[in-house]
Amino acid sequence: MATLKLEIVTPEAKVYSEDVDMVTLPGVEGLLGIYPLHVPLMTQVAAGEVIAKKAGQELFLAVGEGFAEVSQERVAILTDMAIKADDIDEARAEEAKKRAEARLQEKLSDEEAATVQSALLHSLTQLSVKRRRRV
Amino acid sequence: MPSTRDIRRRIKSIKNTAQITKAMQMVASAKMRKAQQAALAGRPYAALMNEVLAAAVAGAGAGGFRHALTETRTGERRAVIVISTDKGLCGALNTNLLREAARFDKDTTVFICAGRKAAQWAGRLKRELAAEFTYKDNPQFADARAISKFAQQLFLEGKVDRVDALYTNFINTLSQRAETRQLLPVGAIKAVDAGLEGEGLGRDLGAASREYLFEPVPADLLGNLLPHYLNYQVFQFLQEAKASEHSARMVAMKNATDNAKQLVKDLTLEYNKIRQASITKELLEITSAAMAMG
Repeated sequence: MATLKLEIVTPEAKVYSEDVDMVTLPGVEGLLGIYPLHVPLMTQVAAGEVIAKKAGQELFLAVGEGFAEVSQERVAILTDMAIKADDIDEARAEEAKKRAEARLQEKLSDEEAATVQSALLHSLTQLSVKRRRRV
Repeated sequence: MPSTRDIRRRIKSIKNTAQITKAMQMVASAKMRKAQQAALAGRPYAALMNEVLAAAVAGAGAGGFRHALTETRTGERRAVIVISTDKGLCGALNTNLLREAARFDKDTTVFICAGRKAAQWAGRLKRELAAEFTYKDNPQFADARAISKFAQQLFLEGKVDRVDALYTNFINTLSQRAETRQLLPVGAIKAVDAGLEGEGLGRDLGAASREYLFEPVPADLLGNLLPHYLNYQVFQFLQEAKASEHSARMVAMKNATDNAKQLVKDLTLEYNKIRQASITKELLEITSAAMAMG
């Protein structure tokens, strides 16, 4: 059976690059389930959860906002944050969330506010993915 | 002839200077490693983004859609983002950069400066300064976003007809080159230029051969992707500039340390010669006095 090459890249690193059987990703207009030989597609990605299915196993990743390019044999996701569910440190994410929320109470310039907002979004996404996937 | 005490004093002061330059060299080389790694790590992202954008622009263009940021105008006015360092002591880095900057036509160009050296230069040479930005030792994406947003605004309000970025491209530790890149209007998307050795520079990413579905519609997608692309480009430039700065500083400081060591060596030789001469002279006096007495 054909496989898909899933690539998830952030400005800091290439987080994930492997052949998988199916990818579920959060598009801005709803969840997308992508199998090999999908029609070429360009979409904006919302913060949320990416599920990579490989040999019956599922891998969960938390991703930030970004863009995705889908072709027949490849899914490339460009995002500002990506982390595997297993690697998420819940305590730290919780703390980061609190910190960001506290900072939002202060008076901030537009630029600072945008940075804090995106940090808050990152930790919220991480938390929701982690909590949903807890066994 | 200088006295031995003068020479001793000079040796001591040069040794102190050497110590300082040595310390600065160490600091710069540690920072350089970090900055180079950061520039390297961003490469896959930049490469992929350019591919995606090239496909998106081609796809949207096929649908007869043009984004305001891609609009080519005939006007002469331009803005140049000059990315320099904050501090000196980094060899000819800023000199080379600002020589390039001086080539832009004084009357039709406004400058957007990042880094203190560029702003000082613009003030000294009475160039029109549109804005001055600062960025830290490890450039944050937010810094880049502020600069790029400002440039986009200038362009969209029609105050300038094109925007270029002038920065020092990092080639390797020993060589950095001042380069000008067109930022706006967004034209042909070039392949990633983050190549640490400068490979694959400016390779054209031709129109996509595939037809894409867009979600949301191309106008919205491109509307989000283009500003992000520009922000990221500026971010990449900042990182390149930082990597260049630290490399140049390390090399400059290494040269300074080596020179100081050589100077100390020469002076020590001189010092010993004078000391030897005075001993010989004294001995001569004593023996001749003894002979005269005898």
